[in-house]
Amino acid sequence: MRLQDRLEWVEGWGMAVGGAGYVFRPTDSGGIAEAFTAARVEGLPIALRGAGCSYGDAAFRPESAVLDLSGLSRVLGWDAETGVVDVEPGVSLAALWRLAIGDGWWPPVVTGTMEPTVGGMLAMNVHGKNNWRRGTIGEHCIEFDIVLANGESRTVSRKDDPELFHDVIGSFGQLGIITRAQLRMKKVHSGLVEVKAVSAPSLEAMLSLADDAKDKWEYVVGWIDAFARGRNLGRGLLHFARHLEEGEDQDAGSSLDAAGQDLPATLLGVVPKSLMWRFLKPFTNRPGMRSINLAKYGVGSTVGDEKVYRQSLAEFSFLLDYVPDWKNIYLPGGLIQHQSFVPANRAEEVFRDQLEICLEHGLPSFLAVLKRHRPDPFLMSHGVDGYSLALDFPVTDRRRDTLWKMVHSLAEPVASAGGRFYPAKDAALPGDLYRSTFRDEQLVRFAQRKQELDADRVLRSALADRLIYDD
Amino acid sequence: MRFDHALIVGASSGIGEALGRRLASEGAKVALVARRENDLRRIMEEINSAAGEERAIAVAHDVRAVDDVPGLVQEIARRLGGLDLAIYAAGSMPAVAVDEFNTSKDREMIEVNLVGAVAWLNPIAERMMRLGRGTIVGIGSVAGDRGRAPNPVYCTSKAGFHAFLEALRNRLAKLGVRVVTIKPGFVDTAMTRGKEGLFWLISADRAAEIILDKARRGVVTAYVPARWRLVMSVIRSMPSFIFSKLGI
Repeated sequence: MRLQDRLEWVEGWGMAVGGAGYVFRPTDSGGIAEAFTAARVEGLPIALRGAGCSYGDAAFRPESAVLDLSGLSRVLGWDAETGVVDVEPGVSLAALWRLAIGDGWWPPVVTGTMEPTVGGMLAMNVHGKNNWRRGTIGEHCIEFDIVLANGESRTVSRKDDPELFHDVIGSFGQLGIITRAQLRMKKVHSGLVEVKAVSAPSLEAMLSLADDAKDKWEYVVGWIDAFARGRNLGRGLLHFARHLEEGEDQDAGSSLDAAGQDLPATLLGVVPKSLMWRFLKPFTNRPGMRSINLAKYGVGSTVGDEKVYRQSLAEFSFLLDYVPDWKNIYLPGGLIQHQSFVPANRAEEVFRDQLEICLEHGLPSFLAVLKRHRPDPFLMSHGVDGYSLALDFPVTDRRRDTLWKMVHSLAEPVASAGGRFYPAKDAALPGDLYRSTFRDEQLVRFAQRKQELDADRVLRSALADRLIYDD
Repeated sequence: MRFDHALIVGASSGIGEALGRRLASEGAKVALVARRENDLRRIMEEINSAAGEERAIAVAHDVRAVDDVPGLVQEIARRLGGLDLAIYAAGSMPAVAVDEFNTSKDREMIEVNLVGAVAWLNPIAERMMRLGRGTIVGIGSVAGDRGRAPNPVYCTSKAGFHAFLEALRNRLAKLGVRVVTIKPGFVDTAMTRGKEGLFWLISADRAAEIILDKARRGVVTAYVPARWRLVMSVIRSMPSFIFSKLGI
């Protein structure tokens, strides 16, 4: 195939940033080698891509080769006794839970969508609603195989080479290509979780309730009405969930059936959910979203408050998949997300600032999500002992520059408070601000690793160029 | 619509130069392509100096060297980091006496105004078609609307260019690529300087401002300035036996 025949538009999940890339879709190691050879001949850097679920520019680089690894999607081994799975990097989270649930296992860390690949999840070291309890996906990885930019292949295990192990995971695909990963799944006794919904009238209450719940519940996630002002600022709803203990689910055999976990295709059994985003589209503006946020809080803080119910694991976990193609409501400009991680003792102050900055700019977040986190041992970690606030913003041509500048304003108090940022979500941070959240020795070590494993900087992404590399 | 990465062929003077300066001042990265390397470099340096960063790159190229174009398009896209706007503004209009039939001059006009345009816009159109996005702008002329006695082949080349742009548009519109035909009237450039009988003359910068506005809005065909649309609709609908008597 001619190189120009590989040219495609490749974009982030949020559809707000993208670029032309020469896309290679290998299905085996020979295909990876072929892509490297072609890229070398053309002098093209290579950006790694899984399912393209990073919101911003992590999985492409304009005018470069893009190595789409989603075609390497074989399950190489599954031990139903120990819950250890060996997979190629393109295996999706959906494939992973479908494989395991029938045997009573569930991925220990899941994202809000089941689309990401294992390779992508390890590259970005993703977390879930149970970050405080279970850490990031990297903490459940036993070992992985990696192909370096020079073609050399290595097996890296947590036990035998802990330094390299913790440097590669979370290094957003800049140190090598993970071609196999071994993960340990989490034992579950039911395909259901028990969920409790509570409302909080203020940001202070949100943080306090989330903190109280973190040791009692497996999952803690909060939604904030980012349109609320004054004494209502930061009000929202929290959802806590726990796995059912053995014996609690009388029909565990049925709930652990993968087919039974599939999300319903219709709403109320009538309206195809694939059409729902079209109904939501007219409300994708400030007045519309203000009304939706208000209604959601209104219902959640009255009839929904303190409600306890059971929900399937998939339904609770993969909210972003609940309405297919919902992100299309943000077209044509797409969306960006800013997720900041702030130490617990500064979180209220910083998040209050952020919500107020958004309101002052006339750009309130259409969807704001709060989570509780803990630090992790990875070199380029985004984890802190504290909270994260993820803010979704629609992108329009007219307000794009203002939005990007506002994101810088949102990030400054985070950096000052000793917080961190999450590359999987980012599209707009300036590099100096991102780097300022790391200690010098961390950045030096990353640079040394890059020099050691990929001195010619063959592996690059638009995100890495923006956040890490200065040239 | 934002233009972040633009290529302008014919950027060393006139409308092309003005488009380059305006796009760069708005924050776009711009590739300036033209035959006259010294002029290009001067413009590039002025743009970059005003911006305080590298916004413009200069690529010397004679549009008659058509075989070089596909490689240049790829190189420029890589250097810019993308290509979302391509403008063909190169043009040749040598002085032709009313009783002169000069194949050498005519050939130059066809080569620069039409063949060069096809050579540049073909690979760009193919690239944009693959990506499902992009805007192509062709700087034609009101002269392309009728066969005018004073300069037959200039009119021919521009009429051919307009037809080519329309065909491109019809191929690409459903694939997400916009093709905009611009028909300027009299613009104060080196090409028109010293010519007699000019009216409604506008500056190259004003023309560039209008052209970019039309391109952003994805207008199909725009006269610049707009009042030429009325004039040209009258001229286009005029019977030949009347038009020939006007001698324009």
